[in-house]
Amino acid sequence: MFAYLIRRLLAAVPVLIIASFLSYALVALSGDPLEPLKLRNPPAPQRTIDLETARLGLDDSIVVRYGHWLWGVLHGDFGESVQSTYDIGANLTRSTAVTLRLVLVAMLLALVLAVFTGVLGAVRQYSKSDYVLTFTGFVFLAMPLFWVAIVLKDLAVRYNKATGTTVFYTIGEKSQGYDELSAGAKVADLAGHLVLPTIALALISYAAWSRYQRAAVLEVLNSDYVRLARAKGLSWRKVLVRHVLRTALIPLVTVTALDVAGILGGAVITETVFNWNGLGRMLLTGVARGDTDAVASWLLLAGLIVVAFSVIADALYAVLDPRIRHE
Amino acid sequence: MSDTERTQTQLVLRRFFRHRAAVTSLILLVMVTLFAFAGPLLWQYSYTDITDDLSLPPSPGHPFGTDLIGHDTFAQVMRGTQQSIKIALAIALIGTVFGTLWGAIAGLYRGKLDFLMMRLVDIVLTLPLIAVAAAVAAQGVGQSQWWAIAVVLGALTWPYVSRVVRSVVLSLREQEFIEAARALGAGNVRIILRHLLPNALGAIIVSATLAIATGILGEAALSFLGVGVQAPDTSLGLLVSINKDAVNTRPWLFYFPGLFIIAIALTINFIGDGLRDAFDPKQTRVRR
Repeated sequence: MFAYLIRRLLAAVPVLIIASFLSYALVALSGDPLEPLKLRNPPAPQRTIDLETARLGLDDSIVVRYGHWLWGVLHGDFGESVQSTYDIGANLTRSTAVTLRLVLVAMLLALVLAVFTGVLGAVRQYSKSDYVLTFTGFVFLAMPLFWVAIVLKDLAVRYNKATGTTVFYTIGEKSQGYDELSAGAKVADLAGHLVLPTIALALISYAAWSRYQRAAVLEVLNSDYVRLARAKGLSWRKVLVRHVLRTALIPLVTVTALDVAGILGGAVITETVFNWNGLGRMLLTGVARGDTDAVASWLLLAGLIVVAFSVIADALYAVLDPRIRHE
Repeated sequence: MSDTERTQTQLVLRRFFRHRAAVTSLILLVMVTLFAFAGPLLWQYSYTDITDDLSLPPSPGHPFGTDLIGHDTFAQVMRGTQQSIKIALAIALIGTVFGTLWGAIAGLYRGKLDFLMMRLVDIVLTLPLIAVAAAVAAQGVGQSQWWAIAVVLGALTWPYVSRVVRSVVLSLREQEFIEAARALGAGNVRIILRHLLPNALGAIIVSATLAIATGILGEAALSFLGVGVQAPDTSLGLLVSINKDAVNTRPWLFYFPGLFIIAIALTINFIGDGLRDAFDPKQTRVRR
């Protein structure tokens, strides 16, 4: 199976290369990153403009610039930012650690919610609780993520004010004096800042997954082998966990892996609402500056994360369904 | 036509109108649409009007209140709903037409062409839609028109549709009636237009419906990130976004446009659900 997963990763390389070229060209063609410099008043000296043009390689063709950038990336150098002091590689590493924390915890929470509500809805099909769960899911599906995040933030701020405490952190991914904290307090601080953004992102993501989970469980419940398991006297609980859930998780794994790109986009929005300094801010500042190398590096990393998740999903199929053997 | 014979369309409509949530949603959506398109003709204020009533909570004169400089929020929500619906419909139209053709061609020809076409779909799906849209839309800031946003989001929606259509076409193309058409000498164009698409229509309509809901939410997200609809024009997403700091002090500015986004997306999803059941009754209703 290991060899299969490696092959899957290698097969993704051309897709990633073309995707990164398209995104590179997209940003590079979008406008002149030196425009603020040229329009500055008093005007910047021609020599400064020439030097910046040379540093960013703006005189070269897109293909040359892309090749140069890609070659650098393969050697750990993510290129030159429009703002010369901005280290793209260092920012990418730091932001990824911040954002992946949010994405992973939110996905985990959304999965737990989706499995729980999906199974409950299927087992009690057409009962009152099924209708309530379905309707709640539809409402969350219809909510804009930033709206939910702002409402949550507002509720938390009100609660903090009313009780005169800071139970909920509403700004940033960590506290001001984070570096001086002890190891235990650091973990608690990060976890505290995670609570609200995670809930917002998870609430928006779980609803669709829960629908798939419900449909999958319903299908398995109607299968012959579940009837057999019941008929031979296994307890309902055992049938549900060992026979139904295990099979019904397979479609959920597929959908979750497909949605990773969407969740990354959601993280950009969530981070903006809660003023996090993560991948979201990095993308938006890069876009605003016309920072080709930074935005292309960002999108390449996002593509890598999406591919990584689809490979993990492949590995999970084999765990869930012993008939699937990746050779 | 006798009582016992019904066309496919009649069957679908009959089943749809039995789906209570979907029919209720359809009525609600029609009302919201009327509010957005006919409302501005009847309402005393326009969305650009600046009244003397500053920062008022909802009252009979201003049902949704006013903002800091005196805009009537009721009029602004009408205009915002109108723009959001227009953008969402355009996104769905672009995504559906292009995605359908792409998926149908890939599924019909299979082989190398299918492989290449689907790899391109993979490429688009690898990237976070909102991130790419933000990168593209940032160029047009200042001069972006509502249709420019629709083109950007539509260009990122089609891969989802094309996957659905391709899988339907792949299963259809093996069936006897396609073989029969081919034996009678029908060309590929005729087979796609006359035989494949009508049979895939159910799946296409359902995914188009859901694309409208995605479009509403996508436009809102882009406007929130500052790369969507720009003032002086407005949209529901932009209204929520510019009033996000008023959530505590003038909540009506934040909640009314937000509730309209939710109402539109919610009703469309229910309608899509009803259509899915109507086109394919065996899929969701499990009988025990």
